Amino acid sequence: MARRRNLPIVVLALAVIAVHLASAAAGKPQYLTQLTMAGYYSLVIVGLTLLMGYTGQISLGHAGFFAIGGYTSGLLTTYNLQGGGAFLSLLRATGLLIAGKDLYGGDLLVMRPWAACLIALAVTVGIAYLVGKPVLKLRGHYLAMATLGFGTIVYKVVLGSSLVGAADGISDIPAFPLFAGLAVTGKSALRVQNYYLAWGLVLGAMALLTNLIHSRVGRALRAIHGAEDAANAMGVDTARYKLHMFVLSAALAALGGVFLTHYNGGIGPSEASIMKSVRYVAIVAVGGMANLWGALIMGVLLNFLSLRGSFGSYDDAVFGLILLAIMLFAPDGLLRVEMVRRLPGLGRLRGRAP
Amino acid sequence: MLRIRSLEAGYGNLRVLRRVSIHVSPGEIVTIIGANGAGKTTLLQTIAGLLRAQAGEILFDKQDVGRHAPEAIAFLGCALVPEGRQLFGPMTVRENLQLGAYVQIRRGRAHEVDHDLGRVFELFPRLKERASQLAGTLSGGEQQMLAIGRALMARPKLIMMDEPSMGLAPLVVKDIFAIIRRLGSEGHTVLLVEQNAKAALRIANRGYVLENGRILLEQTAEDLLANRDVQRAYLGRDLDSETELDGMRR
Repeated sequence: MARRRNLPIVVLALAVIAVHLASAAAGKPQYLTQLTMAGYYSLVIVGLTLLMGYTGQISLGHAGFFAIGGYTSGLLTTYNLQGGGAFLSLLRATGLLIAGKDLYGGDLLVMRPWAACLIALAVTVGIAYLVGKPVLKLRGHYLAMATLGFGTIVYKVVLGSSLVGAADGISDIPAFPLFAGLAVTGKSALRVQNYYLAWGLVLGAMALLTNLIHSRVGRALRAIHGAEDAANAMGVDTARYKLHMFVLSAALAALGGVFLTHYNGGIGPSEASIMKSVRYVAIVAVGGMANLWGALIMGVLLNFLSLRGSFGSYDDAVFGLILLAIMLFAPDGLLRVEMVRRLPGLGRLRGRAP
Repeated sequence: MLRIRSLEAGYGNLRVLRRVSIHVSPGEIVTIIGANGAGKTTLLQTIAGLLRAQAGEILFDKQDVGRHAPEAIAFLGCALVPEGRQLFGPMTVRENLQLGAYVQIRRGRAHEVDHDLGRVFELFPRLKERASQLAGTLSGGEQQMLAIGRALMARPKLIMMDEPSMGLAPLVVKDIFAIIRRLGSEGHTVLLVEQNAKAALRIANRGYVLENGRILLEQTAEDLLANRDVQRAYLGRDLDSETELDGMRR
């Protein structure tokens, strides 16, 4: 069982390497940049798949969590902490700060990226917890509307506050050095390394999530999805599970946000927009809802096309159309587990899973 | 086992149950009969913790569970076979049963699950045949068997069943009631809520009549079956016209 479960992870790892080799052979290394970005968006999507497809709880606010992660890390690594005060000297003493020069050669004292990253994740988890606790008592449309409200608040806050650059967002965000020779940055010299870093994170997330959904926890989640009250009466702590999955998916979104922000060297309010949240929901739906691999494949494909500019100025409209078409014609998604099961040789998988 | 005193419950401002007091002793099959909308489902949902009691007391196994969360009540050994089955449709029969054993695993009794699975399969051989079929694809009767089996997997001290005969063919209903009678004879304690009052009273030890959220009557099942008012109101039996009909048939 465990081997069969890990097989797709191995296949994904091989595919990641194959794509790199293919892009190098084709002389199109720039594709790796969009694939790196698509990888970070995939973290949001697989987290949302866990929440929507497996736990059955919709969120129209996940772009908000992505933005909270990216903005927090971006702000902390660019906000100048020069000056006096007991708190700042204390911060300086912890070694969490690093000196640098701004564009005009002025002295700059900012937070180290790894500390900013951890704070960004902690802030997101905290907010997800505070928002999720009351909001997850709602069901169906009401939950969708409440999370939409949350997403709108985040969008309006980052758009309106000059601290985070209002409509311009934050730019000149420094690279995120991880260890010798590797930093999260858009510099073309580190393109290949960053591609592997992003997909390494995706692989890690997929390994975590596939194991989770095949555990007792996964069974409980699918039970919540199937019949929430019955699961509750069966002894499943439905409120706790829903909250934990909400927080976990928010943390994955924030992780994607942090890394993509450092990779791009900036973040703007469009990352927090409702259309981004709708896009994530559309991709989860088109991937088959309760299908992590389907969502991952569709996520990479659609985000890659979108980032390459294939949809032109109709970008958001395309994702709206996809959502509409999926709901009308294929509410179970395009990539369904049944289709895989029908492949010859996999017949024995029948009867298992989502 | 279960003792409820002056329970009041409902939805928002709507009060459905009014001063309901019932009790169930270990090993008993107790049935609550009543018309549609009398509050039968509300009563079971309140005991299970899915609805909050507005007033009154629910003692389960001598503990006041009136403010407990549903999962805590399930942990204490109170299982619900919900109205309309509420199976986990996209999961297999076996997975549904394993989920029923969720509290057993939390109690640290995972080693008993396989044995219990065998027992449920012995009780419902049809479920064994369909163990790896998705629950949503079962027939109505099989689904009801699965709902009961799922509740049994928790090794409950009390099984509450909400309208197990709902929507089933008469022959299947007979099977289901035979199973409930068997559970009773094996020492299980059952609280059965039914619109099919005649069938319920035939297998029960004791019964309550619930009308407009109030308990009207409490008697042994035989007495209720013989009670003329109950017969007229709930057993669909009008003695006078029945004798006439009998006369006509002859």
